Amino acid sequence: MTWLEVPDPFDVHAGIFPVKLVVAGGWGSGKTTFVGAISEIVPITTEAPITEVSAEVDTGAVATKVATTVALDFGRISLHSGLVLYLFGLPGQARFRFAWDNASQGAIGSVILADSCRIADAFTSVDFCEAQGIPFVIAVNRFDGELAHDLAAVRAALVLSDQVPVLDVDARSRADAKRTLIALVQHALSASS
Amino acid sequence: MSLHDDPDPFDDDEGAALVRPYALVGGRTRTEASPALPVEAIVETTELGAGTRIALEKGAIVRQCVEPCSIVELSVHLKVPVGVTRVLVGDLMRMGAVIVHLPIPGQLPDGRVDRVLLERVLAGLEAL
Repeated sequence: MTWLEVPDPFDVHAGIFPVKLVVAGGWGSGKTTFVGAISEIVPITTEAPITEVSAEVDTGAVATKVATTVALDFGRISLHSGLVLYLFGLPGQARFRFAWDNASQGAIGSVILADSCRIADAFTSVDFCEAQGIPFVIAVNRFDGELAHDLAAVRAALVLSDQVPVLDVDARSRADAKRTLIALVQHALSASS
Repeated sequence: MSLHDDPDPFDDDEGAALVRPYALVGGRTRTEASPALPVEAIVETTELGAGTRIALEKGAIVRQCVEPCSIVELSVHLKVPVGVTRVLVGDLMRMGAVIVHLPIPGQLPDGRVDRVLLERVLAGLEAL
């Protein structure tokens, strides 16, 4: 069965259909960049410049700059026939968990970005998606053109099942962002069959 | 600069806005029509809305959403918080000036994944 052959359930409502995807990951893992690479609008972000600068100090449970760094990236991709894909960038730190429940509700899946030097930062996001049953893929951001660990090591470190795709991406690349989103949707489909 | 010279009295680039955001909605945080509109819900102006004279922020929403626009993007255009935009949109829904397209969840009501939706998203992404 292909999608072309099935009767179109949307056309009876003829209109616009927002669909939501989540982009998660730790501090400075490239979420804003990833959303910006594929969004057709400049990502709407409340992320203050301090966020990347504070990466060094903002690694623990202590919130040092909460007031200036409630971060939400938001991007849009218009697909065919009224489907509009919205990308929500969610902060990976445990203290922002409150933002997740709302933003992830109804999401068709999640891209979890990981910095191969700081894999542990992705744990919170992985835990959340597993607990909520949200299909996810891991996109390991290739900072400076290389990975600190190979993908098999990342998979082992995150204790992922073999089914979860782990991709090697450059978050600045539109082609890589597209490839990642396609892998995510394919994974969501295969996980459901 | 006097108020009359300023094309946008709500532009707070030069300090606090003249009108505080909560004043635009009479202090309300919700309306009957919008218990909790998701920020990615898309607002579209109806013929009735386009043919009605509506002032201030609500007018701006009606003019903006002739080209359908999400609530979060509207907030950015209007420079008001998302919570305020929700209430304004709720008021406009009650007037029949706009309709709201709610997001389609990835799951069907029975909890299964909506395969038709995902296939369509996949085809759309591949065509990018």
